[in-house]
Amino acid sequence: MTKTVTANGFALDTSGQRVVVDPICRIEGHLRIEVNVDEDNVIRNAVSTGNMWRGLEVILEGRDPRDAWAFVERICGVCTGVHALASVRSVEDALGIQIPTNANHIRNLMMLNQYVHDHLVHFYHLHALDWVDVVSALSANPRQTSALAQSISNWPKSSPGYFRDVQNKLKRFVESGQLGPFANAYWGSPAYKLPPEANLMAVTHYLEALDFQKEICKVHTIFGGRNPHPNWLVGGMPCSINVNDTGAVGAVNMAWLNLVSDIIDRSIEFIDQVYIPDLKAIASFYKEWGYGGGLSGKNVLSYGEFPMAANDWSNDNLMMPSGAILDGNLSQIYEVDTRDPDQVQEFVAHSWYSYDDESRGLHPWDGVTDPNFKLGPNAKGTKTNIEALDEDAKYSWLKAPRWKGNAMEVGPLARYIIGYAMGRDDIKGPTDDLLGALGLPVSALFSTLGRTAARGLEASWAAHKQREVFDAMMANIKAGDTATANMDLWEPASWSAQAKGVGMAEAPRGALGHWIKIKDTKIENYQAIVPSTWNASPRDPAGNIGAYEAALLGTPMADPTQPLEILRTIHSFDPCLACASHVISPDGQELAVVKVR
Amino acid sequence: MSSRVPGDLGPEPSVEEFETLVLGLGNILWADEGFGIRAVEALNEAWTFPEGVRVMDGGTQGIFLMPWVRTATNLLILDAIDFGLEPGSLRLIEGDDVPRFMGVKKVSMHQAGFQEVLMTAQLSGEFPERIALVGVQPELLNDYGGSLRLVVREQVPGAVALAVEVLRRWGIEPRARNATLPDRDRVGPGELNITDYEFGRPAAREGES
Repeated sequence: MTKTVTANGFALDTSGQRVVVDPICRIEGHLRIEVNVDEDNVIRNAVSTGNMWRGLEVILEGRDPRDAWAFVERICGVCTGVHALASVRSVEDALGIQIPTNANHIRNLMMLNQYVHDHLVHFYHLHALDWVDVVSALSANPRQTSALAQSISNWPKSSPGYFRDVQNKLKRFVESGQLGPFANAYWGSPAYKLPPEANLMAVTHYLEALDFQKEICKVHTIFGGRNPHPNWLVGGMPCSINVNDTGAVGAVNMAWLNLVSDIIDRSIEFIDQVYIPDLKAIASFYKEWGYGGGLSGKNVLSYGEFPMAANDWSNDNLMMPSGAILDGNLSQIYEVDTRDPDQVQEFVAHSWYSYDDESRGLHPWDGVTDPNFKLGPNAKGTKTNIEALDEDAKYSWLKAPRWKGNAMEVGPLARYIIGYAMGRDDIKGPTDDLLGALGLPVSALFSTLGRTAARGLEASWAAHKQREVFDAMMANIKAGDTATANMDLWEPASWSAQAKGVGMAEAPRGALGHWIKIKDTKIENYQAIVPSTWNASPRDPAGNIGAYEAALLGTPMADPTQPLEILRTIHSFDPCLACASHVISPDGQELAVVKVR
Repeated sequence: MSSRVPGDLGPEPSVEEFETLVLGLGNILWADEGFGIRAVEALNEAWTFPEGVRVMDGGTQGIFLMPWVRTATNLLILDAIDFGLEPGSLRLIEGDDVPRFMGVKKVSMHQAGFQEVLMTAQLSGEFPERIALVGVQPELLNDYGGSLRLVVREQVPGAVALAVEVLRRWGIEPRARNATLPDRDRVGPGELNITDYEFGRPAAREGES
């Protein structure tokens, strides 16, 4: 049967040509996308597969729960801090540890800083080049570029000479030829819509974002000690604070706090004067490209983040709310309970794992990771050289996480839809302003560009929230509270023989959960569901398709051999697959291979 | 047993000021992928360095390592390399021979590998004056939770010696460390040191080679 409608309401047609986009990674798979396009090159079926998770129990079972953060910090090359945070929270939850006020503020600051940093780096270094044609920037008129830049922002670096210098630098770089600097791209594709001047402006800001990145990461060094892998601690944060005596070795002192404050100011400035105006300018040329909504208009999920007062996870206390929306009904926000065995579950009917009963899902506390790699009867190729997957059978190394049986989208857009639906002023206000400036209805949010816009708005939101948190922390310190850790339950002798906990974090990419079981002071089971597992999820036994799969449907491709449209939508989710591995080779990595069958 | 003692606050926070960056790359959770990290750990345990040298465990942070790479005048990288050699082969690669590469068709930030960091640093105009790579050809990567294989582990002392040789050529004089490495001076958290890492490994499961 080639035409079906999925349980979550998406029409699929597998009759057309199959296009495979398969990035190659030396360790197992990366993300791979297969689509069927119709005679007009519109995507009518989408299949997302990847390897992200092999079960943390493989590395953590039997270890000391207080050490887990250091291991999980290494499972992913990008999201180090968020895994460490979810991990220490899971142990604190299991053992009933309350963290001090300063530790809560510092964790909030580090996570907000991570939002700003990740969103900025994602936008300029991964996603912008899906919309910005670097080669076209070479033919821009620097004077007109300057006029454009000055018309949208007060950012001082905007003179014609400045843009001319950048353009010349770019030319020299391209002409040096040793790299094909921005090689392997689809420059010149008709899918690019920006005029050369907007392209030059965006490429210039790509370079400025690189400069700014040097500043912003210092916050993690100051509070986390080591960078790029900061230290964490079950019970609080491993830094001490001493604002009276600058001589205290290792303590965070006033000089450091002033530096943090300064970085906060500069990040607000950069986001509001560069990132947001660029986002608006780019979006204004792509308003008609309204594809990629997928699940966002139906089912979205957030665990909530940034407790203002420590240890209180109620929505009134969370700066970013938790909740779930089903079937696009924005008037009803469901409460999310990650401890409830019937809410968050993982299914493996279409994943390369075995359960005793694969019609049912398992809550992570009872999670099982038992590999079972086999291709379906309609797959093409061999196990080591798969030409086309059979999505009616098992087809991904990712499990299928579901909330009350529903496939959910997570991430900045999910958070913004939930915050918007709740009428939170700090979320709804800027969203309405942006939509108004672009002349777009609220429904335009449910799209690839909506996802990209929500990430930008959230970067600004997080930059400003850093200031609030910092001020609250300083007030607390000045009132005489310098405690950063609660070590009352540090010693395993004080723990009960069996305990289980969950640590949630709203990572920049979306809802992250770590579930831990502790037995006789050692880790008995440890499971994590990461944001990209939600979004890149395969189908489930009921036939619901995942967020990536849904988002690709209905998208017309200008040329199926140049899958720019697929990359645009997948990039808008900021995929993060824990390949976390790289080996230097003489001729560079092979990137995406596109096959059209 | 957790190696962290309450009250041990880790290294003193410092502004990132250095001239020479000795950067271990890789993922300790994937067998020989951990070579670069284990090599800088060994280097740091056996030697001390004059001011202006930063020895760092860079993990697999890709584009997020850009700030440090751009700050460095001298950059010495230790990493697993895929040059199609016999497993365990040790190589020193210097200057323009250190591969750098860039592309934008990547799907995930993870594909922004370290080679792209070098390329982008070059584009930014802040590129180390001197660069060298000490690499070993891995035998096995696909062993989640595993440690270095014997042929690769045996190359760690040789890699440390090569690194010291390169630094000396750059006019930097490492000195043999004659006291035990204090916890605060480790390049990575003590929770991950290789003995505890290997000792505490759960039994391998079926299907997990």
